[in-house]
Amino acid sequence: MSRKLLSVILVFTFLFAAFVPSALAQETGYGTILTRVLERGKVVCGIHTELLGFGYLDANGRNVGFDIDLCRAVAAAVLGDPEAIEPVPLTAADRGPALQTGEVDLITRNMTWTSKRDAEWGNFTWIVFYDGQGFLVRADEGIQTLQDMDGASVCVTTGTTTEKNLATSFADAGLTYEAVTFEETSAVYGAYEEGRCDVATSDKSQLAAVRAGFENPDDHVILDITISKEPLTPAVPSGDDQWFDIVKVVMWALINAEDYGVTSANVEEMKASEDATIRMLLGVEGDWGNVQLGLGADALANAIAAVGNYGEIYNRYFGEGGLAFVFPRGLNELWSNGGLIYAPPIK
Amino acid sequence: MSVITDTRIRQKIPLWRDERALKAVAQIVSAIIIIGFLYWGISNFLTITEQRGMPLTYQFLKEPAGFPVAESYIAYEPTMSFGRAFTVGLVNTLVVSVSGIVLATLLGLIVGLARLSSNWLVNRTALAFIEFHRNIPLLVLLFLWYFGVFTRLPRVKESIILAGPVYINQRGIYLIWLRLTETGGVFLAFALVGVMLSITAWMVLRRIRETHGRETYFGGVSLAILILIPFIGWFVSGGEPFQPNEPVLQGFNFQGGLRLSPEFAALLIGLTTYTAAFIAEVFRAGILAVRKGQIEAARALGLKNNQVLSLIILPQALRVVIPPLISQYLNLTKNSSLALTIGYQELFAVGKITINQAGRAVPVFLMVMATYLVISLLTSLILNIYNRRVQFIEK
Repeated sequence: MSRKLLSVILVFTFLFAAFVPSALAQETGYGTILTRVLERGKVVCGIHTELLGFGYLDANGRNVGFDIDLCRAVAAAVLGDPEAIEPVPLTAADRGPALQTGEVDLITRNMTWTSKRDAEWGNFTWIVFYDGQGFLVRADEGIQTLQDMDGASVCVTTGTTTEKNLATSFADAGLTYEAVTFEETSAVYGAYEEGRCDVATSDKSQLAAVRAGFENPDDHVILDITISKEPLTPAVPSGDDQWFDIVKVVMWALINAEDYGVTSANVEEMKASEDATIRMLLGVEGDWGNVQLGLGADALANAIAAVGNYGEIYNRYFGEGGLAFVFPRGLNELWSNGGLIYAPPIK
Repeated sequence: MSVITDTRIRQKIPLWRDERALKAVAQIVSAIIIIGFLYWGISNFLTITEQRGMPLTYQFLKEPAGFPVAESYIAYEPTMSFGRAFTVGLVNTLVVSVSGIVLATLLGLIVGLARLSSNWLVNRTALAFIEFHRNIPLLVLLFLWYFGVFTRLPRVKESIILAGPVYINQRGIYLIWLRLTETGGVFLAFALVGVMLSITAWMVLRRIRETHGRETYFGGVSLAILILIPFIGWFVSGGEPFQPNEPVLQGFNFQGGLRLSPEFAALLIGLTTYTAAFIAEVFRAGILAVRKGQIEAARALGLKNNQVLSLIILPQALRVVIPPLISQYLNLTKNSSLALTIGYQELFAVGKITINQAGRAVPVFLMVMATYLVISLLTSLILNIYNRRVQFIEK
């Protein structure tokens, strides 16, 4: 008996020992991530590979999308090369652990910023896309309001804010539903398209992306209901303020570039601009903090030259004639155009 | 005399060449290495989790979960705790594992016997079944069943209706079921007592027959008890303990009746057929291990084919079969964690959601692992006890 007890104890000990590899996780103290990125010559980004518009593979198998371009902007700023990225596909449920262990340098995978995630997962840099949760339904079902969905089967991705918003808003309205949940985004919409669910719910941008990929997009509609705030934000591991600032500044630069009319096409001309703010942004004069951050003065100019300003990135995927699908800018207009996109000055 | 000689010889051997001393040293050294490694691993682990703000505490289990769980055999609302959600997942795992084990054993036995049949067609069909399921990864089979079959069934409004009525559509298989009326509990109590008395009668009377050699009609008596007592219960409860509960289409889905969700059905079928293929081979091996002479002797005594099977072959085959069968049962239980990919919310699926929603990867993983370990150890324990009972008692 005591031998059996011993073996049980041993097994439990090995359970702990199984986590030794996680103890070998990356160190994320001040300055460590930049050092690692420079050594490696690549920025490791947690990304999506199946979400049209945000993170997907193009016809040549290249990672492209709104989120991917943000990652490329960081790579261009830090390493001078937008191709110097190492994309790591993550499921929604893997995002937290990937940040906590420092497995990725940066997550650009349409991730909602919440207080709890900020406290537990890592540091959220700057809101780059204002989204809200909506519902995708078949046009012939005659669903208009939340009440119409009483008793419906709803397809949803596990481990998302979406899942919790769904539970709350249905409970508040006193409605019942059957949750059909999957870890893989493709499985969620696959099941919806087959008819396993009456409704699919997620961020509206994601629903638009999925709808555009369906065989007959016109058979499906995105309802005019928004049940949550979903500020999509790139995030970095906790503990390295330098890296946190670097990613923030790159995001600000993209937004400021649109503010001041700097585009990927006119970066070189703009370096001779009469506007001192633009010359500062492009690193031809002054120090915008690049010395502290361990970057070259032209880091932000490189980022803008590589992927364009915020508006260019947005329109590349979501504008009229864009690569993915049309999604009106709405809240994602610049503050000066009545939207919410706003960034601190680069100076 | 000999003792003295021994001592003298041992004194001559220097310590570094004394086999016993060397062995002891080797033991101590390896013990130190193992303990050192474990100490390093555990302390490293604890330090890092502390640093990363992922302390190994289980306080979060009391926080509200906030996420829905599709199927639950116990009451669950998203407002309940993470701990409750975990229990729901555990129950879901147990339900699918136990049903899977029962069905896989039956199917495995049938296929195993078919594989030994002298009928060419039966034999080859069984072979094809075994080879198909043994050589395709379970995950692929599950996807095949779920995305290839169950979600491709007709829409709710175009359900296939079988006699019964049974409704089959892509939201599940709906059967007519019974709903307990107010007096249903009384009937159930009678039925339970009936079953228990019936079993007791069977065991006692059978024992009397075995020890005294007197016919006690144990089969008939226990059957009579089994029918009579619930029958009395039927009248005591006012004659209507149950009402039929028929599935009815309301809004988007059928309500009422007994529902097998596509996720559960796909998982159960996938696990059952996959494991049955292995179990079939286990049974075949067990049956082939029974000596031919035993069967010939049984035939010579004039036993019929089914008597040979049930009285001679299976009892002996069982002794060989049980240990490998335990492994298959454990595999089935552990494989149920693949349900994560097809949306059945068992232990691991709920665990992964909890990791994400509570942000506690390590504690939840430890909990999930420990739970599977306990389930597996309990399964082994129970089957090992059974195994000991069916073994020959050799003197």
